[in-house]
Amino acid sequence: MSTSSTIASAAPGLSTVIEPAQGWKLINLGELWQFRELVGFLVWRDVKVRYKQTLLGAAWAVLQPAMMMVVFTVFFARLAKLPTGDLPYPLFVYAGLLPWILFSTAISQAASSVVNSERLITKIYFPRLAIPFATIGAAVVDFAIAIILLLALMVYYGVWPGPGIVVLPLVVAILLLAAAGVGTLLAALNVAYRDFRYVIPFLVQIWMFATPTIYMDPSANGSGRMEFILGLNPLTPLVASFRAATLGGPIPWLPLLGSALTAAALFLIGCGYYRRVEDEFSDII
Amino acid sequence: MVSAARIENLSKRFWVDHEARDRGHRYRTLRDSLTEWAQWPLRRLRGQRPAGREEFWALKDVSFEVQPGEVLGIIGSNGAGKSTLLKILSRITKPTRGRVVLQGQVGSLLEVGTGFHPELTGRENVYLNGSILGMQKREIDRKFDEIVAFAEVEQFLDTPVKRYSSGMYVRLAFAVAAHLEPEILIVDEVLAVGDVGFQRRCFDKLRSLRDGGRTVLLVTHNLGAVTNLCTRAVVFESGSLVSSGLPQQEVASYLARLANQSRQSLQQRADRQGDQTARITSLEFRNVLNQPVEHAITGEDIEVTLHCQATTAPVVIDYVALSLWTADGVKVFHIDNTMRATDISAPGRERVYRCRLPRLPLPPGVYYWNAMISGEGRIRDHVYGAAKMEVLAGDFFGTGRTVDAGGGLLLMDHEWMPQYITSFAGHVPSI
Repeated sequence: MSTSSTIASAAPGLSTVIEPAQGWKLINLGELWQFRELVGFLVWRDVKVRYKQTLLGAAWAVLQPAMMMVVFTVFFARLAKLPTGDLPYPLFVYAGLLPWILFSTAISQAASSVVNSERLITKIYFPRLAIPFATIGAAVVDFAIAIILLLALMVYYGVWPGPGIVVLPLVVAILLLAAAGVGTLLAALNVAYRDFRYVIPFLVQIWMFATPTIYMDPSANGSGRMEFILGLNPLTPLVASFRAATLGGPIPWLPLLGSALTAAALFLIGCGYYRRVEDEFSDII
Repeated sequence: MVSAARIENLSKRFWVDHEARDRGHRYRTLRDSLTEWAQWPLRRLRGQRPAGREEFWALKDVSFEVQPGEVLGIIGSNGAGKSTLLKILSRITKPTRGRVVLQGQVGSLLEVGTGFHPELTGRENVYLNGSILGMQKREIDRKFDEIVAFAEVEQFLDTPVKRYSSGMYVRLAFAVAAHLEPEILIVDEVLAVGDVGFQRRCFDKLRSLRDGGRTVLLVTHNLGAVTNLCTRAVVFESGSLVSSGLPQQEVASYLARLANQSRQSLQQRADRQGDQTARITSLEFRNVLNQPVEHAITGEDIEVTLHCQATTAPVVIDYVALSLWTADGVKVFHIDNTMRATDISAPGRERVYRCRLPRLPLPPGVYYWNAMISGEGRIRDHVYGAAKMEVLAGDFFGTGRTVDAGGGLLLMDHEWMPQYITSFAGHVPSI
């Protein structure tokens, strides 16, 4: 027994108390930071597995937005002749699709992530937020790859970013904050209600059309009811700011601030709800 | 001394949703909840409880302490609450009531290979699994060669694990887990996987953890592991801790409790392990006259008859094992068909295996049989305390009297040599 007491005294401070779940909890960012390597490994696993299983590998990250760009260019620019200001439509739409695809991939992957990680959740403890956060990380990797084509298009059309480019990291950060909020909320609802997953594709589809990704933001030059609703969408200023930051143009500062506040609120609501119900995951999954 | 683990009045409730099950799915849906909310005011007026939900207490007011350096065996039938307890201690699920205080870094191993991804290579999985088990990357880097050597998969490090044989897979998975170095290790039934050689290595690893002064909480159906490895054992029965004490003593009381159940038909027993594609339906004894008997007699031949039935389609059964335990929880012997290289494969859904034990060398007393069948490396069915056998005193040595074993486990056949009277002067007479 002498060996055992030396071990016990070797880490005197480390004690764990396990108690019944009690309502709302803080978002455990400190603990997540301790488990950052795990989050990293999960991101790496998602990316690696996705690219290993496909013929084209990482090219998919570029192909998906590129094909959407082609389709929208044919239908909206050629046939419907949508106005895009003084930007060439392919560049305009690609710069809008990139942040949108980052957001939509992040929320839809995050939504199914917890249900898909049943084995992990029922067999081992780690901060549960690591799961949806890791899928969001994987979406960021795709986004980083897809940006290469944006650079190529900019060179091709001779469009250069203005000083607004410095805001780009901030815009992406706000976008991810919003995605984390919506993603965790959907993930938690998905565990509790298995029919919820049918709602998600619709939600994403409607949200896409409610965001000026493939068309010009009409709220910029009007104040009708529709424009007001579009203005409430936190993605509207984010997509507009992303486009302005990369392709040059004025950053819509005030709406961007509004987005940041909405994103922070979404993050708190989503992660807060997730934390409240995460203790039940292993029992009901 | 501060306890390594203090468990205070721990209870865990689950809700069993009969309605959802009646509709054929395990899960609640948004639709169910919406209709429930809509009906709530009405139900409230009528004073009804939510329909179709029933509570089930998997753990009921469990309290005990584990001292640093103890290896605690947790035994009990399936559904006794052992796994729920380990899930709470591993922080996978929260208790409904009560509290646990753990002192020191905790590692838990409820499954080997948690998080292994079939598409990733052996090397990649070691890192992924290690990090899921709570190791830092630096730590994995340091132990990597050791892990790979332990698993004996050096040549296949860069092969996706989906191409591994099941043996290699389990070895690699266990190797990662075996290199965890927590102060408190929580282990659930991992000794049940893998081949015999591998199981021995698992044992050795647990033994070295024990000798290194770590605290181990072990859930296992392997009663031999409990008596050999543990310093103390607790027995669970339908959610409560029913007794606690020396491993041997607890194993004995557990077996006695199983014996009461074994009076009911073996077919109705629910506490089984294995994939259940085939089941052991009865275990009976016959005497030399081929009559079914309740008792065995020391020194007489006895035949053990094992009936098995495939649950649906016929399955391969290539291994049948029996082991005999005393009422004190000591394993007396193990026999299986590979020992005498007997091929037991047979067609059809029903099988009968008969095994003759000549001149039963057991002293009088109460014994329990464990029975297991497996096929293609998978355990089909495994029943502990499948039958109780009482042995009555008999004439083992053919001298016309009954003898006792003088406190030994077995009666040993032997022969005394006629006394050779010679001088011990060292002189050997030459012929």
